[in-house]
Amino acid sequence: MNNFSYTKVANVNQAISQIDADIRNKIVAGGTNINDLLKYFITKADKLVDINAITEHNSIVRLDNGGVRLGALHTNADTAYDPIIEERYPLLSKAILSGASAQIRNMATNGGNLLQRTRCYYFYDINTPCNKRDPGSGCSAINGYNRIHAILGQNKNCIAVFPSDMCVALSALNATVNISGPDGERVVDFADFHRLPGDTPNIDNNLKHGEVITSIDLPEKGFEKNYSYLKLRDRSSYSFALVSVATGFDIQNGIIKEARIALGGVAHKPWRVKEAEDFLLDKEPTQENITEAANIILKGAMGYQHNSFKIILAKKAIIRNCIMALNPESQRPGAKASL
Amino acid sequence: MKTSETHSVILNVNGTAYTLDLMPWVSLLDVLREEIHLTGTKKGCDHGQCGACTAIVDGKRILTCLTLGVMKNGSEITTIEGVADGENLHPLQKAFIEHDAFQCGYCTPGQICSAIGLLKEGKAKDREEVKELMSGNLCRCGANKGIINAIMAVKEGGSDE
Repeated sequence: MNNFSYTKVANVNQAISQIDADIRNKIVAGGTNINDLLKYFITKADKLVDINAITEHNSIVRLDNGGVRLGALHTNADTAYDPIIEERYPLLSKAILSGASAQIRNMATNGGNLLQRTRCYYFYDINTPCNKRDPGSGCSAINGYNRIHAILGQNKNCIAVFPSDMCVALSALNATVNISGPDGERVVDFADFHRLPGDTPNIDNNLKHGEVITSIDLPEKGFEKNYSYLKLRDRSSYSFALVSVATGFDIQNGIIKEARIALGGVAHKPWRVKEAEDFLLDKEPTQENITEAANIILKGAMGYQHNSFKIILAKKAIIRNCIMALNPESQRPGAKASL
Repeated sequence: MKTSETHSVILNVNGTAYTLDLMPWVSLLDVLREEIHLTGTKKGCDHGQCGACTAIVDGKRILTCLTLGVMKNGSEITTIEGVADGENLHPLQKAFIEHDAFQCGYCTPGQICSAIGLLKEGKAKDREEVKELMSGNLCRCGANKGIINAIMAVKEGGSDE
């Protein structure tokens, strides 16, 4: 780590003025990602601004509109095990619990989960070119070992993927992100929070320097009757997704009235395709229809030397996960998904 | 070394209050090992991938390598040195011996602190869930079966003290 100073703030306004003062002042909450990035000299800080004492954003509260607000400083573990989340948003609970380890979930916060950085090996290796870490230096992954990399939305500048599981569920649930900054407060739809690499892959999301995530809102609809989260990875636990899928269905009288399908591990942000979800509307949840939706989602997917397997893996994962969503009990270990 | 950059921090570790002047960038793990000289908590990867540095902070199992000493001012910390009751080993320590739950022993302090946290959390219903919720602690000797056996024995014995 480089040497930095440290200050603890008591409220959001103090946090904003502290980080707004200098581009190299950074926020620390759970610390599970930034402290690691500092150790690797990937992130450098002049000052760490500790926001853990801001108690007003460390809870889960019901909203008047029927939704639920997740405090940015509430931990991932406390969120996943919250009775309201378990009952009304089991998709979110399951996605969170499939990420990281129990110790990390005890530390990591909801706001920080949105801001975690890619696990691309070349991003982490400061001796190799990486446009995300060192803009303009090139992408080592495109012609390198790219087994874990993107198949959707990437370009020649960057093929890194966003590693969160929680955010795949938040994407499927149409969450919104509440942000405070020097110019006041704003609300960002989850789909617009993270971004594709474009010409600036060093920028992961649309949070501006000086802004702070204060909370994340979930709409009333939680898809608690028909949901599933499937995470496929190289070992059965404590590993990032090669492909993950979050599915939520609203099914009435055997007909899909609303469909949400979000993918993780395949792109620079959680991946949703409206055309595929619209295709399923007013149709029966048959394997044939789900397969067609999967084909629509993966239209234009492109692999590289070591990750082309992800295209077929993603297709099968979508189909299997949507079938499991018809009977959420089938997500139990050892249970077999079938129509 | 005291400079203008140090912060005065009180850490309550295993029942003893330590007043320390800490540089901001020193991990809690390094504070425990190098400042307080409690070397039971181990540095494995130092990057949050192995679980060897697990300790219990304010009642929760966490990775001490991924937090800073200055961030834990005022915290109650239990390390492996603090889990026994005098000469009486913690039930998990006894169970680890009985179930042959280690070979080299390097991951063991983190495994035991993690297991104490797991039993306190009370979320693991069966052996599969214990395995899943212990996945943040790696054992490169391959003693995992003994580790899970030891935890199951204590869990089913109904004692997590």
